[in-house]
Amino acid sequence: MKVAEVVEKLGLEVFSGSKGLDKEIRGGYTSDLLSDVMGHADSGNIWVTLQTHKNVIAIASLKELSAIVLVKNYKPEEDTLAQSNEEGIPILGTSKETFEISGLLYNLIKG
Amino acid sequence: MNLFKADMHIHTVLSPCGDLSMSPINIVDYASSIGLKVIGITDHNSTLHGPVTRKLAEKRGIMVIFGAEVTTREEVHCLCLFETENQRSLFQSFIERNFSGIKNNTELFGHQVVVNENEEIIDEIEPLLISALNVNIDEVEKQVHQLGGLFIPAHIDRPKYSLISQLGFIPKDLNFDSLEISKNTTKEKALKDFSYIKNLRFIKSSDAHNIDQIGTAGTQLLMENISWNEFKMAILGIEGREVIIV
Repeated sequence: MKVAEVVEKLGLEVFSGSKGLDKEIRGGYTSDLLSDVMGHADSGNIWVTLQTHKNVIAIASLKELSAIVLVKNYKPEEDTLAQSNEEGIPILGTSKETFEISGLLYNLIKG
Repeated sequence: MNLFKADMHIHTVLSPCGDLSMSPINIVDYASSIGLKVIGITDHNSTLHGPVTRKLAEKRGIMVIFGAEVTTREEVHCLCLFETENQRSLFQSFIERNFSGIKNNTELFGHQVVVNENEEIIDEIEPLLISALNVNIDEVEKQVHQLGGLFIPAHIDRPKYSLISQLGFIPKDLNFDSLEISKNTTKEKALKDFSYIKNLRFIKSSDAHNIDQIGTAGTQLLMENISWNEFKMAILGIEGREVIIV
């Protein structure tokens, strides 16, 4: 499933990195510890987090993640937005909490 | 130049996790007994025990650095160190403006008390001091430097509440003055682990929560004399001053 489809089906906001909306999503990972994501997320994952620091993009790029979903109306910081646009890795947003959006994503991707 | 024993990261009884024995007078007595000359009083998200500790330490020839171990929004612990009472009180206001609103539960976390030089409780702090402030790491760094303080991410090698655990790696444009390593690693290993950052400088501190942990990191400062200016130069590793990790 492409990032754009997930955006549409779950009504996510697209903050940045729209060049990457046609990336393919293969699974997901939910964590707020960037060290954990660096060690355990797989390429093609959509990553659910509340961290907004620009290191998020560096790690998403390193791990070849498809997109990032910020929960609970968190907004990316300005330098994070810039990095996201540069790398073409979409940052998406939702008002939902982590448990709920992870469940919805699971149903959509794996269900 | 002389070597002065130092420990820049000490909690007091004000930190919910700080042992009841960690009163300002006990800390000063113990620091004096083991020959420490520079100590940082760095409670979680509070600078309030700095002034009373400095007053008690002056008589013993020990310099007290004001400070706090701030928890940023990313849940990264950072040492924020200051020289003057004016800087300390302005930074205390910054912290208080950015409390998350979570209150302490004394049964779960312990008491957060402010005491005087005679160990009498003069205040109990309501906000939970170990919860994250509502500001990000870059905003904390800017505030510390605007006030003329030193900004040092704490125990960066630890698997929790550290720059590395929370943000994965050291952001290359983070404007830190030094990095603190814990007792679990060595300067040599840290230099290797973080070799992607140029001009690395480290301090090593005890992060003492109990009396007998004070001074156990074995850090010494190579300086002309005991003063904030000399201390700052040692932290920055300039003009021949430096932090020696034994």
